[in-house]
Amino acid sequence: MELLYSVCVGVLVGCGVFLILRARSFPIVLGLTMLSYAVNLFLFASGRLTINKAAILSGSEQYADPLPQALVLTAIVIGFAMTAFSVILAIRARADLGNDYVNQLAQANNKTGVRK
Amino acid sequence: MALFWVPLITTIGSLISSRAAKLSRNETAAVTLIAPLIALAVCLYHAPAVFNGETVYDHIQWLDVLGIHLSFRLDGLSLLFTLLILGIGCLVIFYARYYLSAKDSLPKLYAYLLLFMTAMLGIVMSNNTIQLWFFWELTSISSFLLISYWSDKAEARKGALMALSITGAGGLALLAGLLILGNIVGSYQLDVILASGDMIKQSQWYELTLVLILLGAFTKSAQFPFHFWLPHAMAAPTPVSAYLHSATMVKAGIFLLARFYPALAGTEIWFLIVSLTGLTTLLIGAYVALFKHDLKGLLAYSTISHLGLITLLLGLDTELATVAAIFHIINHATFKASLFMATGIIDHETGTRDMRKLNGMWKFMPFTATLAMVSAASMAGVPLLNGFLSKEMFFAETLHAQLLGSMSWLIPVLATAAGAFSVAYSARFIHDVFFNGDPVDLPKQPHEAPRYMRVPIEILVAICILVGMFPNLIVDSILDVASSAVLTGATPVFEIALWHGFNLPLLMSALAVAGGVVIYSLRKHLFQFQATLPALEGRYMFEQGLDVVLSWCQKRISQFENGSLQRYTIVLIATVLFFAGAPLFDMQKLVGGNQPHPIDMFNAVGTGLLIAGAVATVIWHRHRMIALIMISIVGLMVSVAFTRFSAPDLALTQLSVEVVTVVLLMLALFFLPQKTPKESSSIRVLRDLMISTGCGVVVGSICYALVTRPLDSISQFFVENAKTGGGGTNVVNVILVDFRGFDTLGEITVLGIAALGIYKLLNNLPLFMPSTDSEGRKWAREKYPLLLATISQTLLPLALLVSAFIFIRGHNLPGGGFIAGLVTATAIILQYIAHGSNWINDRLLFNYRKIIASGVMIAFICGAGSFLFDKPFLTSWFDYFDIPLVGKTELASAMIFDLGVYVTVVGATMMILASLGKLTANDEAKSETKTIGAK
Repeated sequence: MELLYSVCVGVLVGCGVFLILRARSFPIVLGLTMLSYAVNLFLFASGRLTINKAAILSGSEQYADPLPQALVLTAIVIGFAMTAFSVILAIRARADLGNDYVNQLAQANNKTGVRK
Repeated sequence: MALFWVPLITTIGSLISSRAAKLSRNETAAVTLIAPLIALAVCLYHAPAVFNGETVYDHIQWLDVLGIHLSFRLDGLSLLFTLLILGIGCLVIFYARYYLSAKDSLPKLYAYLLLFMTAMLGIVMSNNTIQLWFFWELTSISSFLLISYWSDKAEARKGALMALSITGAGGLALLAGLLILGNIVGSYQLDVILASGDMIKQSQWYELTLVLILLGAFTKSAQFPFHFWLPHAMAAPTPVSAYLHSATMVKAGIFLLARFYPALAGTEIWFLIVSLTGLTTLLIGAYVALFKHDLKGLLAYSTISHLGLITLLLGLDTELATVAAIFHIINHATFKASLFMATGIIDHETGTRDMRKLNGMWKFMPFTATLAMVSAASMAGVPLLNGFLSKEMFFAETLHAQLLGSMSWLIPVLATAAGAFSVAYSARFIHDVFFNGDPVDLPKQPHEAPRYMRVPIEILVAICILVGMFPNLIVDSILDVASSAVLTGATPVFEIALWHGFNLPLLMSALAVAGGVVIYSLRKHLFQFQATLPALEGRYMFEQGLDVVLSWCQKRISQFENGSLQRYTIVLIATVLFFAGAPLFDMQKLVGGNQPHPIDMFNAVGTGLLIAGAVATVIWHRHRMIALIMISIVGLMVSVAFTRFSAPDLALTQLSVEVVTVVLLMLALFFLPQKTPKESSSIRVLRDLMISTGCGVVVGSICYALVTRPLDSISQFFVENAKTGGGGTNVVNVILVDFRGFDTLGEITVLGIAALGIYKLLNNLPLFMPSTDSEGRKWAREKYPLLLATISQTLLPLALLVSAFIFIRGHNLPGGGFIAGLVTATAIILQYIAHGSNWINDRLLFNYRKIIASGVMIAFICGAGSFLFDKPFLTSWFDYFDIPLVGKTELASAMIFDLGVYVTVVGATMMILASLGKLTANDEAKSETKTIGAK
């Protein structure tokens, strides 16, 4: 099971990185989203994989490690905020520059200086 | 008063002066003088102890781990320098009041001068080397400000920049040297370092340390080959030149040599470097000074030459040479400061400093002329003046030099030659300016300076004469304590006297005077000869060097920073890949010792779906809508995975975030192109595939290595204390709202800030909206399907009820503020989708910004509430109550905190989506009015 889990994390990272390296904004946003899935799963795995031992106190002796869970929970929400921010940035860039080509942004800045 | 007051008072004085714009000039000067006078009083108060051979300390413990403390000391050497800094400082302040014209800002000059004074005092009184370095850099900065005082002049700006670059670079070398020194000794405290001289000299780092510290000292004290900044610093107002560039700042390097003399001196390499640098500087300075037509240029090179002389003395291997060096520091400060001030008067009253125009000033300003002549005579080393005494000692010590082996006789000969040049340029200063015919077309009609402008010069000249005639009376004791501070205790027996009988040094003096007169009388021929030489100026080399360095850097930068974000990303990722991947090869075995879980059907199917979704997203990433659907499969499978592996809270959160994310991305797709054109070349795709596969393999392997190894977690603490300490059985939630509540507070703040950032980004957005979809089809006319509208409205109260339920049970069962907030947000978003934002805006009068703010405030106030009970921030409280109809219920203060989380999450999510959604609504309104207008 651990092996399959790690393969999933690896595939997500690979796909995420490939999408991040594209030249248009939307695939990059998708890549960031994918990468944040991978990161969350990875962080979660640092508490090891346990089945049917949710950290709800019930008199049993063994629980899944709650600390990574708590960290990942906030990471999911912050990850959403980040995705939202980057996608809105993409919309803004497209509206200002007329296309969604990421390299355009830097070139526009180089030519005209920072936008007012 | 404790020692730290001395620099503190001058700092306060600097602030006060800078605010003195409304006062008259006399009042400004008077106010400014207060701080140095008090500081002087504090020093004098401690002086008797110092004269008794004690060292006064003042130590405030600060950063223990780093060894950095606020630590001051006052010994003989420090006392001598503080007296020079404060004494001459007061005179300069007084003088500047008359020097500056009415249009120049006096408070600005005074504020900078006092800042500089603070820095100098800090250097000479520091007992911690890092602190010393801090003040050292402060002198560079304040001198930059002072040199560029007339910032409208290009030469002032250039000179200031040059001084800053060179002394600043030297300062960095000094810092490196001091850090190594501190490492060798194990302390940055000066008294420890000074007592560990032997340990330092035996260290293998000694040579490096020495060279670095000497670089700092030589750049500051304008030693060859760094001397060229000093003449260009003369673009400063003359009081500044008198203060910084003759009496104090350039002496900081000398001070450093003297200060570290017990720790670093005494080795062959010290004597060789220091004395040869000093000798070269002495000769070059004296020679070039003669050919400068600008009065301040002459004085600048003369200063360089005298600094070289002092450096040479510190590099001679005798104790008396050190005494002579300290004596010359005093003498040079007095006669050179007075000469600068006299030059300032001449400049002020005639409008020029060019010696080819200035002639016969004796007739116009006899008083100033007399004073300047006495100082210049002292500079030349004429008997009965202080310059003579130290120069005589200098000559005597050069005779003892053994430095160059059998060629050591060169040193006294070269010293005499330098002496001759110094007599020659002093003679030129006197003869060319005050006699030698009549002035040539001066800009102003010259006349005598204001009475009080001459007072500081009179005081300094009086010191020159008194020291020159009665040396034992005046300087003996301070010289004694200062030298014993440098030589650590062993005060050499010395006797300063006017008359030692006919001996070699006297002969050298006589030769120097005679030689100087001869050189001066032959000056016309020398000037002609000098004019034929190619101009070899340090400034050009400096500027060319600067250009080369800058253009080199520019090229390298533009190679890396070519504007392609894709390229930055790939460089970044490749770097990460390398550093994360390399250590994997050192691992013995990837798999750890844990017993793996068996693979069952459920997991295999889930894995297959997840991988299929991810790969499909990549394959169809140019068809954005399909890619979005595919990625939502991935998100769904991730939340299933959380369910599977005992993380119900995470699963709920991921599921609700997934819904919100997909809605958001769908909305975003409306504003973005629907398809991505195919533009990456095959080779680029191949490269990206390789890198991303590499990343996947590395991260996957690390993950596998991690999950198969045993875990030693701190979580046992949370599990044990969740119920007893936090009052909840859902440990994850208790961690979020209680144990790590501070983190959560930070996270909801970030969430709020991100939402506000998005709100701002969408402000005044030039709209870019397609009228058809990617296939060219018109948007559906029925925007808000009746079925959806009806069902969603019915669902709303149910959804709110569910979120309330999730919220309340969150402390004990899966749920909590984050999840409940997302569920609520989803329910409201559904209304937006079903009815459009105009419909919602008419009914829901929420200002999401206020909601976010109040959410963060609730959480914060809940945390701060524990202050009322004298508990640390975010301490939680809980108890059980018997509530009618409900039964025994637990109420915890953490629930209020969780409420804050809930409100923030709702506010932020809604703000993000509603702001984006509203854009489409605005356009609808517009297009509707358009169609109406068209009708």
